[in-house]
Amino acid sequence: MTLQVTSPGRLAELLEHQGYLPDEGIATAAYLAMTMRRPLFLEGDAGVGKTALAHALAQVVGAPLIRLQCYEGLDAAQALYDWDFPRQLLHLRAAEAAGVQDADRLEAELYDRRFLVARPLLQALETTPSVLLVDEVDRADDEFEAFLLEVLSDWTISVPELGTIRAETPPIVVVTSNRTREVHDALKRRCLYHWLEHPDLAREVAIIRRRLPQATAALAEGVARVAQIARGQDLLKPPGVAESLDWTEALLALGAHDLGADNLDRAAASLGAFLKYREDQERVASRIAEWAAAG
Amino acid sequence: MRAAEDSDVTATLVGFARTLRAAGVDASPERVQAMVSATSVLEVCVRNDVYWAGRLTMCAGPDDLERYDRAFRAYFSGEIAPPLRRVPPVEVVRPVAVPGTERSRPREVDDESSPASTVSETEILRHRDLAALSPSERDVVRRLIAAIDPVGEPRLSRRHRPSHRGPLDPRRTVRTMLRRGGEPVRLEHRRRRIRPRRLVLVVDVSGSMQPYADPFLRFAHAAARRRPGTEVFTIGTRLTRVTREIRDRDPSAALMAVAGAVPDWSGGTRLGELMQAFLDRWGQRGVARGAVVIVASDGWERGDAALLGDQMARLHRLAHRVVWVNPHRGQPGYAPMTAGMVAALPHIDDFVDGHSVAALERLAKVISGGPDA
Repeated sequence: MTLQVTSPGRLAELLEHQGYLPDEGIATAAYLAMTMRRPLFLEGDAGVGKTALAHALAQVVGAPLIRLQCYEGLDAAQALYDWDFPRQLLHLRAAEAAGVQDADRLEAELYDRRFLVARPLLQALETTPSVLLVDEVDRADDEFEAFLLEVLSDWTISVPELGTIRAETPPIVVVTSNRTREVHDALKRRCLYHWLEHPDLAREVAIIRRRLPQATAALAEGVARVAQIARGQDLLKPPGVAESLDWTEALLALGAHDLGADNLDRAAASLGAFLKYREDQERVASRIAEWAAAG
Repeated sequence: MRAAEDSDVTATLVGFARTLRAAGVDASPERVQAMVSATSVLEVCVRNDVYWAGRLTMCAGPDDLERYDRAFRAYFSGEIAPPLRRVPPVEVVRPVAVPGTERSRPREVDDESSPASTVSETEILRHRDLAALSPSERDVVRRLIAAIDPVGEPRLSRRHRPSHRGPLDPRRTVRTMLRRGGEPVRLEHRRRRIRPRRLVLVVDVSGSMQPYADPFLRFAHAAARRRPGTEVFTIGTRLTRVTREIRDRDPSAALMAVAGAVPDWSGGTRLGELMQAFLDRWGQRGVARGAVVIVASDGWERGDAALLGDQMARLHRLAHRVVWVNPHRGQPGYAPMTAGMVAALPHIDDFVDGHSVAALERLAKVISGGPDA
């Protein structure tokens, strides 16, 4: 998959083409992750576009996105591979019925690759090219981090009954974390680390307009302004870009084309798409008009 | 020619790494190597590319970014980076435990004989107020605290373990079948594993708590050493996360490190604001979720008590259990009168005293879900 990506700037153009508007840091981080074959470890507040970057990268590369959602208790059978026991049993019974005598051969057959069910990590190693998204790694426990580390440093998975499976070309890996707990340093050291900030006003307006072309410039700007100010207001859950997009969409569905005086009722009614705490909604609701016009 | 240029670049970058290390960023050789190869992929002459190559490979968290930016600016503009505040451990002689007023009680036994204290003496010490100890008694008490084993209340984990009873384990059952030639000889069962809940300790280190901060931090050390997931914070005039510092094996060395990291010993307290900072930055993201949260404070609030009430309510919604330890509660005639304490009380599951070793042992029992005795 020799790509025509020769610089971070070029990658930024390609990402933009896919509807993802990266700043210089994101573009450089993604470019290095692709050329250095190092996993990209993304941290940042919820809704800043960590997962979206992986989706956009997959489209740029033209490769399937293989996603592994992490949670506590995630184990090797769900992340790496699993033997398909029922099919193995069927095969065994069928062989018995056919009167197969050669025990060694039967055993070799039983632990054949076709009875191995590939889970996301193995899938990613076997698919070239591919983009592997390990989402919210902070939700998984330490045990999982340990075997993720092994896969990401050697690009191999060893199956005792079968041998070692190696990736021809390592996949592009994006690891995201919401920072609910500190991920182990050993894992971070193998990755490129990037802290994602909320976009500035101009970029946020551009993102809204790119994703929701039917939104007017006035609406996109109004929403982005409110979002920018709300982020500085010490709310319980500051809204991310994802929330700005949701809110714009909600406003569009209600027929609002800006955040002017006529639409304030609609804005207040749809605030649930933007802020997810009652306390936050109360603080923001009365000031939408003021904030949208600010700047 | 080209090689000479490369080695020049490498030397510059290694120098930069040294500056970073002085600024407190963990610039390990492995990371330096990554930075060198990152810059070789990018165009070295472009200042921004060098910036990003370094930032992506050297930083490990949002706290590193500011240090990195400062070091980068200083190094590449020619001036040497001012080394960040790094207190050498020898200089830290802050009296963590020494109470300001040494109320030495009249004792028949002189201090010389205390180290070899008898069982009954230990028993007496166990119930003595932590603020009124002589230096040698304090040593014994420290050992007693180090022996406490605070474990969070048990919860069911998402992981399973083999068991003789309980729900069927299809995977293991089929695997044994396969081993026995496809005959269903035995049914295998599994149970969910039991794990202790995370402990989160928030220790007030303001002036009014001075004599008790040291024993509480030692208690926190005992918890953090035994259970790796434990988180420890200090509050006073600001919030400091000391989880990293308190991990040292030796309690005294750990407390030394904590003393170096905490900028606000014996200051005032703004409990409400700091609880809010704790919840915004750590608690709500997941640290407090489902955890047993222990707040050690006398509830002496300089700021707005209503804010503290709101924040405690928020904490109560997030945490599995909120335990408030107040060293004054153990004193005869104590009633929660301070505004902060009154505001916080409705949102607390357990209100316990923590003025003596025995009280701390009871605290350990409370957080493990045992009977509050």
